[in-house]
Amino acid sequence: MLNIEIDGRKLEVAPGSTVLEAANALGIYVPHFCYHKKLSIAANCRMCLVQVEKAPKPLPACATPVTDGMKVWTASEQAVTAQKGVMEFLLINHPLDCPICDQGGECQLQDLAVGYGGSSSRYREAKRVVFHKDIGPLVSAEEMARCIQCTRCVRFGQEIAGIMELGMIGRGEHSEIVAFVGRTVDSELSGNSIDVCPVGALTSKPFRYAARTWELARRKSVSPHDSLGSNLVVQVKGDRVMRVLPLENEAINECWLSDKDRFSYEGLNSPERLTTPMVKQAGEWKPVDWQTALDVVARGLMDIVGRHGPGALGVFASPHATLEELALAGRLVRGLGGDNIDFRLRQVDFRGNGHAMGIPWLGMPIAEVGTLDRVLVVGSFLRKDHPLLAQRLRQAAKKGTQVSLLHSVDDDWLIRIAHKAVVAPSRIPAALAGIVAAAAQTRGVAVPEALAAIVPTEAERAIAASLASGKKPAVLLGNDAVRHLEAAQVHALAQLLADVTGATLGFLTEAANTVGAHVAGALPQSGGMNAQAMLADPRRAYVLLHAEPEFDFANALAARSALEKADLVVVMSPFAHGASYADLLLPVSPFTETAGTFVNCEGRVQEFQGVVRPLGDTRPGWKVLRVLGTMMNLPGFDAESAAGVRAAVLGDTPDVRARLHNGTRAAPVRPDATAVPIERVADVPIYFADPLVRRAPSLQRTVDARPPRARMHRSLLETLGIAEGGQVKVRQGGGEAVLTAVVDAAVPPGVVRVAAAHPSTCGLEGLSGPITLEKA
Amino acid sequence: MNAPSDFLDYGPDAILMAGLTGSNWRLKDYAARGGYEALRRILAEKIPPEQVVAEVKKSALRGRGGAGFPTGLKWSFMPKNYVGDKFVVCNSDEGEPGTFKDRDILRFNPHAVIEGMAIAAYAMGATRGYNYIHGEIWETYLRCEEAIEEAYAAGLLGANILGSDFSFHLHNHHGFGAYICGEETALLESIEGKKGQPRFKPPFPASFGVYGKPTTINNTETFAAVPWIMRHGGEAFLDLGRPNNGGTKIFSVSGDVERPGNYEVRLGTPFATLLAMAGGMRGGRRLKACIPGGSSMPVLPGDVMLATDMDYDSIAKAGSMLGSGAVIVMDDTRCMVKSLLRLSYFYYEESCGQCTPCREGTGWLWRMVHRIEHGQGRDEDLDTLNSVADNISGRTICALGDAAALPVKSFLRHFRDEFQHHIDHKQCLVAPYV
Repeated sequence: MLNIEIDGRKLEVAPGSTVLEAANALGIYVPHFCYHKKLSIAANCRMCLVQVEKAPKPLPACATPVTDGMKVWTASEQAVTAQKGVMEFLLINHPLDCPICDQGGECQLQDLAVGYGGSSSRYREAKRVVFHKDIGPLVSAEEMARCIQCTRCVRFGQEIAGIMELGMIGRGEHSEIVAFVGRTVDSELSGNSIDVCPVGALTSKPFRYAARTWELARRKSVSPHDSLGSNLVVQVKGDRVMRVLPLENEAINECWLSDKDRFSYEGLNSPERLTTPMVKQAGEWKPVDWQTALDVVARGLMDIVGRHGPGALGVFASPHATLEELALAGRLVRGLGGDNIDFRLRQVDFRGNGHAMGIPWLGMPIAEVGTLDRVLVVGSFLRKDHPLLAQRLRQAAKKGTQVSLLHSVDDDWLIRIAHKAVVAPSRIPAALAGIVAAAAQTRGVAVPEALAAIVPTEAERAIAASLASGKKPAVLLGNDAVRHLEAAQVHALAQLLADVTGATLGFLTEAANTVGAHVAGALPQSGGMNAQAMLADPRRAYVLLHAEPEFDFANALAARSALEKADLVVVMSPFAHGASYADLLLPVSPFTETAGTFVNCEGRVQEFQGVVRPLGDTRPGWKVLRVLGTMMNLPGFDAESAAGVRAAVLGDTPDVRARLHNGTRAAPVRPDATAVPIERVADVPIYFADPLVRRAPSLQRTVDARPPRARMHRSLLETLGIAEGGQVKVRQGGGEAVLTAVVDAAVPPGVVRVAAAHPSTCGLEGLSGPITLEKA
Repeated sequence: MNAPSDFLDYGPDAILMAGLTGSNWRLKDYAARGGYEALRRILAEKIPPEQVVAEVKKSALRGRGGAGFPTGLKWSFMPKNYVGDKFVVCNSDEGEPGTFKDRDILRFNPHAVIEGMAIAAYAMGATRGYNYIHGEIWETYLRCEEAIEEAYAAGLLGANILGSDFSFHLHNHHGFGAYICGEETALLESIEGKKGQPRFKPPFPASFGVYGKPTTINNTETFAAVPWIMRHGGEAFLDLGRPNNGGTKIFSVSGDVERPGNYEVRLGTPFATLLAMAGGMRGGRRLKACIPGGSSMPVLPGDVMLATDMDYDSIAKAGSMLGSGAVIVMDDTRCMVKSLLRLSYFYYEESCGQCTPCREGTGWLWRMVHRIEHGQGRDEDLDTLNSVADNISGRTICALGDAAALPVKSFLRHFRDEFQHHIDHKQCLVAPYV
């Protein structure tokens, strides 16, 4: 340990610490701009100059390593003179028009100028003009003359997002931040560059000039999107959500947010919001009051259950719904005597059901992902499905973690990949079996007879060797692995691999409340029908909780057809949808307008409160379900608050960890070797993944929200005789779609990548499996 | 223009540049002058590397690039037991206005640099080297390429040099003409293919240099002096100059003299002698001012200069620095405002823009001097100039900020009345040179 004295106060710090870190530890604030705790040190702003004993000139605190016995003064005359000098330089070319700057009121430069700037400027020369840039729909670079060249945004891109989309061109006074010529900033983490920008150069495009920071209330919340459960500060003016910022939580999202978490709030103010209950009468939609609407629902459900039995009712719930909503929906079905409820809407293989030893989860705390030394990710569009988890793996890989992947597309995760096996979806179990066999060989353990004769490929051996050589390995199953046609086998094989290599088995899990939905019991518990079965054998009545059949199901065509045939379809959603098949539309709150709970992938129970009043006649989903249950005299609907519902589900100690377990008792079988001529792989694109983000206009203008195309290997395109960019007719099951064909080297031969959850592809049946193509 | 022979007359005391004709730069010519003898002897006699460093220390050879740091001491900073490649880098990115000596060395005596680098590599256990050549001198770069080829062919570079177990691979790297790349860490960035911007130190290149490997960077002239030192002994080199100022130094004399050019003289030679070698003042005019060490060093009034000897310590005592040895001579027709304007523009144009004081300050300085020169000066400008220069110096990542500030401060210190005249009368104090 090293001793240092700062401003007369003594401290012991670890070797390698900087003066700034030591000052922070003492609670001494040293002014700075370019320094950011998560980014590399640039020492270019020179604002943190401090006086150091025996140093002939002031030194930058951010970059000066502590030496033993060092004495530092952060506010001595020498230090403050230097700091003020730097501030003057920063301001000479910076526009001094804070009242018309979007950053005004939350600007580091403005704040520090109060302490270190002059009351007027000595600079009488012409000011520098830097032209504005268009770098995409999310980040505004309209005011680049405000840039102080701290390069935080550049370092963020290089180091955190993993891709350098912004850089500094020019020299001296002509230095400016630009994107590549004609390109935009497309990273799924781009919004963080707004947060790291200490001035008004990079600002939020959707929020631009919408409000002043001091007009906004700051309220805590939890992201309803991916399984991380990022902590949010939702900023509210009146009853409108104006903006979302990260709430720092080192254990979850650190200080970052994905763009989906940050900009999806725009969907809350979508014109598609449902503001009053609606009933379809004789084909006409009529607004009604809640009493009437719930009366119709209660009577309708009782009637159908009375006539056809409780099994006639099916509930599809979204894993983006709250724990409370999911629990009460389950209680509703079971109160009526049924058990047909499911949230696993994109899953197709339920054969593993009876074998699961607990609720699937990440298998470790999120923060531990960064400490793994060997990771195999199976079946995941990692970067787009879990942007911040991918970020953690990216940092780990830089420190030496070997990240390998087994998947059906070779997307660039911007992570250094140690080994990879990219095979057609139907080959995933075989490849996994190959890795198991190779790992068993390495470790000298026997494999089950079913896998005995397998000869692993080179890539499979390499992955196995990597995993087997680790001290802290993990096998992580992504969303695509769970949606696989042989998901139960993939799970069984992954578990075997984890056993053989001593790895932790984890599920990345699909949505904000996937684990919570398990906890809440929003899936069959006593022989009820799963999501797949409820479509294969259509029910008389359906309740849709936050789920949209067109986009949220594995088989959108089957979902729509089942719903259209049903006698009664109740849609509970913040958004008006399903006009063709629904009988009632009940406006229930999105996450900002209700109290609720999400349980994230690591099993962390995160409660949140509503941050604004519900829009129009919208009511929190749990309240609607509670009234409905009470009207039907069902048991278990007494709780008068979300907390009460939560307590009934979780008990007094909201700890679900005891129920989490990734084990399966299913035994691996020899993988099927039947070749599929052409098969589909489907990603659920990041900005189509749930109802809220689909309605966020700015996100819908990004590159990631471009309409799906039929992406395939050049060889396949040539076999089909289609020119690149030509139209291709895609048929899957009874559905078809006409798409633009493009060459994608990331897709293996014999595979077509057609994204799901989009109007142009929701006519196709299934997210994977055989698919036929012909020239359109 | 001078005649070629005239051009290559570096003076009677020249050792490094002695006997050069302009065409005797090849390996065989260098060998005939005793070239590569030092390297051969070191390898043949297996002289311990520490002894080489000790000899260089004894010679009091100081860095010829500008800072004048003792070379032997710098060499001793290289980690001894480092596992992996170590590098020596030659800074031939000669870009300081007024300096044009390294170009001559590389054109007319390139093997001296190659041998010097090889000896340095041997002394520091380095296995690889780069010679970073300024971007705007094409012929020089091509010549260095030829010279390296010759050295490789003769087994003087590459693996197992002269059959010993010492290997040293040397490459030329042609820059793009940015002044900032003469700053050693910006030079390293540039070698790595990055934008030439200085690094923050620490870590210093000796522990984290090119590609993160231990690296020692010396100026061309420094390396070129090494073979002579090893051949004749450190003592002999020291004796050529003065204590703490060993050897000879090439001065690039430019400006208002009769015979501008490079002159190699013993350190400690009176300025008047150097001036006389350069043919004296042009047209017999009065010496008004002189920048003794390249554009980034403080200017000195003529009378101070004439009382000064040309070595590190004497010039420092006189209030400037020897720097790279670029002697810019100005006679009484020179307007000091216009001269400073030219210098200020250079630093404004060459600032890399990385850190705030230099990026913002150099433009401010230039704009103020520009206004004064063009009759738009204000009374407060001179104090502001001084204060802005103060706010730049010592606050930047590299020395370019200081280099921009020093001329401003010294021009104002010695010639404030001329600036004041420009402000008061909107015109120049001196008659324009015709």
